[in-house]
Amino acid sequence: MLDKVIFFFFAGVAILSAALMVTRRNAMHSAVFLITTLLATAGIFLQLRAEFLFIAQIILYVAGIMVLFIFVIMLVSLDVALHQVKFSRQKWVALFVTLALALEVGVMLWSSRKVPGQGFLLPNAVPAAKLPANTEALAGRLFDAYLLPFEIASVLLLVAMVGAVVMAKKRT
Amino acid sequence: MNPTVHPVLAFLQAWWVELVCGVVIVAVVPLIAGYLVLMERKLMADMQARLGPMRVGPHGLLQPIADAVKLLIKEDIIPDHADKMIFWLAPVASMTAALTAMGGIAFGPSFLVARDINVGLLFVVGVSSMGLLGIMLGGWASNSHYSIMGALRSTAQLVSYETAGGLALISGLLLAGTLKIRAIVDAQQHFGVWFVFLAPVALFIYLIASIAETNRAPFDLPEAESELVAGYMTEFSGFRWALYFLGEYTNMIVVGAVATTLFLGGWLRPFPNVRWMNWLDAVPALFTAAVGVYCVYRAGKQPVRVQIWFMWGVALTCFAAALILGLPLLVAPMKFMMPGLNGAFWFLLKISAYIYLFMWVRFTLPRYRFDQLMHLGWYILIPLAIVNVLAVGIAMILESEYGWNRWLAMLLTTVITLATAILLLYLNDKRAAASSTAAPPEEPSAEDSYAG
Repeated sequence: MLDKVIFFFFAGVAILSAALMVTRRNAMHSAVFLITTLLATAGIFLQLRAEFLFIAQIILYVAGIMVLFIFVIMLVSLDVALHQVKFSRQKWVALFVTLALALEVGVMLWSSRKVPGQGFLLPNAVPAAKLPANTEALAGRLFDAYLLPFEIASVLLLVAMVGAVVMAKKRT
Repeated sequence: MNPTVHPVLAFLQAWWVELVCGVVIVAVVPLIAGYLVLMERKLMADMQARLGPMRVGPHGLLQPIADAVKLLIKEDIIPDHADKMIFWLAPVASMTAALTAMGGIAFGPSFLVARDINVGLLFVVGVSSMGLLGIMLGGWASNSHYSIMGALRSTAQLVSYETAGGLALISGLLLAGTLKIRAIVDAQQHFGVWFVFLAPVALFIYLIASIAETNRAPFDLPEAESELVAGYMTEFSGFRWALYFLGEYTNMIVVGAVATTLFLGGWLRPFPNVRWMNWLDAVPALFTAAVGVYCVYRAGKQPVRVQIWFMWGVALTCFAAALILGLPLLVAPMKFMMPGLNGAFWFLLKISAYIYLFMWVRFTLPRYRFDQLMHLGWYILIPLAIVNVLAVGIAMILESEYGWNRWLAMLLTTVITLATAILLLYLNDKRAAASSTAAPPEEPSAEDSYAG
């Protein structure tokens, strides 16, 4: 019961602030609502006992990427941007995609409802005592089963970083 | 029973300790932060051969309360073109992040605020770094040049130094092998030594990074009075300003607690495993009793009767604390309380020492210039921290796989890191010399006179 209350609270906050993020005209307000969305998602991770994902979400997205977003927004003159026409011309495509996605989710919920005695499949948290320690489990998978993809991803990021530095450097 | 009340009661039954702790944090931490300010002013006065605040209460002991009342009843000014919503949100975000981070800290083996979450230390560090958002949003929302300059500086500084500080923490976490706060301290007890003696460079890097992260001198460029009025706090007044200030001082406690937990042995007393040092268990009681006796001695010298009473009150509080800390030593059935009480004493003592070091640094060193700050962060601290992580990892492999002596392996780590530090400093000097001969700075005298 309480788990559901917490889940619906975080989910509601995430969806509401995501909608506000898209509709605000002021870029800084959008950024603030995006932060709220990310925090609410982190809350859902925490409720699912995925502590490492929760804190990675906070450190990387909220305190890392969003800080850089806001840093850029601070350097932009918002007054000009406020009076410009929004360049969203793909209204009908967006509508179509959204409807398709909503239909898909609806079908999924409807078909899962037919499983006898389960009702809607909501994320029910497993008792914390039954789960392995989250950080250790994640590290075990990452550095054991998926070591090569993990290393390739890190090399890829390094390449991207070096590339960015080279491109940002002044040509002499 | 009413079906909706039942789950709420069950929730309260399962979580009442945490809820009470949360209320205690929100109620007590502002008070502690206020007294930290008083301590800082007193120390600064002492180092400058002044007396500091003396008027409110004996030796200014009630000054924080007077300050708090003043800030609460001050006029709340919002600039005309400020963004109202974000202006309102920013100080709250800053303080909330700091107070939430306090929730992850354990003040002793039995004074755990939150449950021992799996990512304990990472939680504290990550959540406290969200306070930066409050600074940035506040600087932007005030719609003032000084504010936005302060916010930009703050962002650049914190992003740079969080990297170095995080890498320094990783060296300590490698030794502990876990992120849980209690397990980290247990690991230090198991090793029989605080991690600062195994990885001293890591603590040093974290110390510098944490001074920069809390925006304190010599890294207080985001609020440099002589350059930016008050940086991102320029347009904030009254209670909003107090919230920022509260967040800043709470962050000091948080970084102190992180350093204490990871490097300074948490709530372990010095020499935790040495039997003949057991007399150290009596130190907390004797220490508080000595403070009480000193208060009694000073009480006779107070000029006003109210101040004499107040001094006696402080003395009696100290005696009560000494009694509580000392009883488990004398009465056998209460012995189970000793690790908790003494642990809390040692933990708070270590945090206080760490914060004292902060203040000491603040009164001693002049403020850095911004490019010097960035150079220190990117050219020296971050490479040094990376080398330190690698060296600690190599030392641990040498110890576990090749059977080296732990002390020898760790000594090697420190030597490697120090050699790297000397090399980096040499390269830095060389570059600085090269750049100064190539292009002499314009009007160095004018710049000097405004520096600091």
